[in-house]
Amino acid sequence: MRRERLRVIQSRIAFVLSTLTALFGIFWLVFIIGDVLIHGIGALNINLFIKDPAPAGVEGGGLRNAFVGHLLITLFATLIGVPVGVLGGTFLAEYARGKRIAQIISILSDIMVSVPAIVVGTFVYAIIVKPLGHFSGWAGAVALAMIMIPVVLRTTEDMLSLVSWTVREAAFALGAPYYKVIIQVVYRGAATGILTGILLSIARVTGEAAPLLFTAFNNSFFSTNMNEPIASLTVSIFQYAMGPYESWHTQAWAASLMITVFILIITILGRLIIKWRYKK
Amino acid sequence: MIFSKKKNPIDLIFSFITGVASISVILITAGILYVLFTESSLSIEKFGFFKFLTLVDWDPVKESFGAAAALYGTLITTGLALIIAIPIAVGVAIFITEVSPNFLKGPVGIAIELLAAIPSIIYGMWGLFTLAPIMAKYIEPFLQKTIGELPLVGILFEGTPLGIDLLTASMILGIMIIPFTASISRDAFNLTPAVVKESAYAVGATKWEVVKDIVLPYSKLGVFGGIAISLGRALGETMAVAFVLGNNNQITTSLLDAAATVTVKLANEFTEADKDIYLSSLYYLALLLFIMSFIVLAIAKFLILKAERRYQR
Repeated sequence: MRRERLRVIQSRIAFVLSTLTALFGIFWLVFIIGDVLIHGIGALNINLFIKDPAPAGVEGGGLRNAFVGHLLITLFATLIGVPVGVLGGTFLAEYARGKRIAQIISILSDIMVSVPAIVVGTFVYAIIVKPLGHFSGWAGAVALAMIMIPVVLRTTEDMLSLVSWTVREAAFALGAPYYKVIIQVVYRGAATGILTGILLSIARVTGEAAPLLFTAFNNSFFSTNMNEPIASLTVSIFQYAMGPYESWHTQAWAASLMITVFILIITILGRLIIKWRYKK
Repeated sequence: MIFSKKKNPIDLIFSFITGVASISVILITAGILYVLFTESSLSIEKFGFFKFLTLVDWDPVKESFGAAAALYGTLITTGLALIIAIPIAVGVAIFITEVSPNFLKGPVGIAIELLAAIPSIIYGMWGLFTLAPIMAKYIEPFLQKTIGELPLVGILFEGTPLGIDLLTASMILGIMIIPFTASISRDAFNLTPAVVKESAYAVGATKWEVVKDIVLPYSKLGVFGGIAISLGRALGETMAVAFVLGNNNQITTSLLDAAATVTVKLANEFTEADKDIYLSSLYYLALLLFIMSFIVLAIAKFLILKAERRYQR
């Protein structure tokens, strides 16, 4: 009887410990987000969005250049990365379904999803920045696109695979060629999933700073020219946070708040959509 | 394919375009490997492919470079981060699968995964302005007074606690990688057949005994896979550590000293490298990092695939 009690107590202790680890994890989430909110909200003001940076050390100014630059880089990265990713995923799930090449590319993509982003930055520096002789927004967009492609490709593959094969057979039976089946039937069935995957991949690259350091670089002036170095929020945060001025730190917090809120909203939205669409 | 072999011409074009798009992944991977290798050839020639790994010097003026200090920093921060993250992550996974009431499973799962969604630059900011001062004021002096007084391990906590050091960087890395191990372990735990668990309960096992003797052994491949992914992520993490490590090229026994990792070196020095041999040595570091993380991630993928296949039978 005593031994039984001991085992029950042991079990209880183990589960109290496991509950504590979960609380520990949530504690950091709350701590970090709370900290960003507290520092960030106090630092928010309208100048941040409508003014360009003041000269170093001078109070005031904003990060309009970085907001616009970040938007442009992310936009073009999406325009490059999403079509390549979606089409590539289509090949794996449809034309090459079950073939060796599909397995290899799928596994390789899974690996590339987690490969260090800074390495991608050095790669793009060598193939675009060096030959052109200058940093550019395009180089930044290409670097982000390269990070996006494997993510979008794998989600697309998974989402297309979820569409039941009998649906395709029904369309074949009506005499539709495969490309029509894919575009008009399969894509429709998987649209929510693919769009969510794209959203999540945008959220992911929005927070990247490492691949932009040697590609888009930075620019303290307002610019929409993708052929020139262009400012981004993440690189500005790095520069401002490491810099010596208090006003820079404040602006870095404000920029951090904007990025964090944007990413968290998209991530939560994406998860909710997936749950609502696929777990019913 | 099930349908007729006779292909529509548009179908051929479409399949070709999608094929090219999917091959881009192979091209990018091969391209990275090739470019990093050619760019670092100058450094490989001068310092030797393997000898570079053992050289501690990193002196742009004397043009003498070596990877030892950066690799050391990378291995120490990654190792410490894993020590911090693994028990927590496995505990979280056990909580979500076995302990938590149903209505909490979803929210707790999402909360832990949001930790992975926070961009690394935010971790870096927070680390620099919030965690580092806390470490310097409270945690590091406390460690010095307790563990630091012990023989042998004492040398890990020597020096003035400034917060900008290996310990703080490892803490942040550890928090960052919890979600990767946790979510993959959770999936692995969920794959344990209910019948096996139920038969253990039927012979009178407690819940913890079921977790310890049934679930964990059953899912260990998946858990190892999750740990390997975390390891791969931690090796390549840049911005979170760049803020709090100080980029100091030294091999130090104390965790309270500033140091450098491969990624921190790249982030801080890449655009400042004014000589070919300097840039080439940085590329060599990038090549080493790419190879290390690629191998680790490949092993992770292999383990996870193997774990999944075992349950499909």
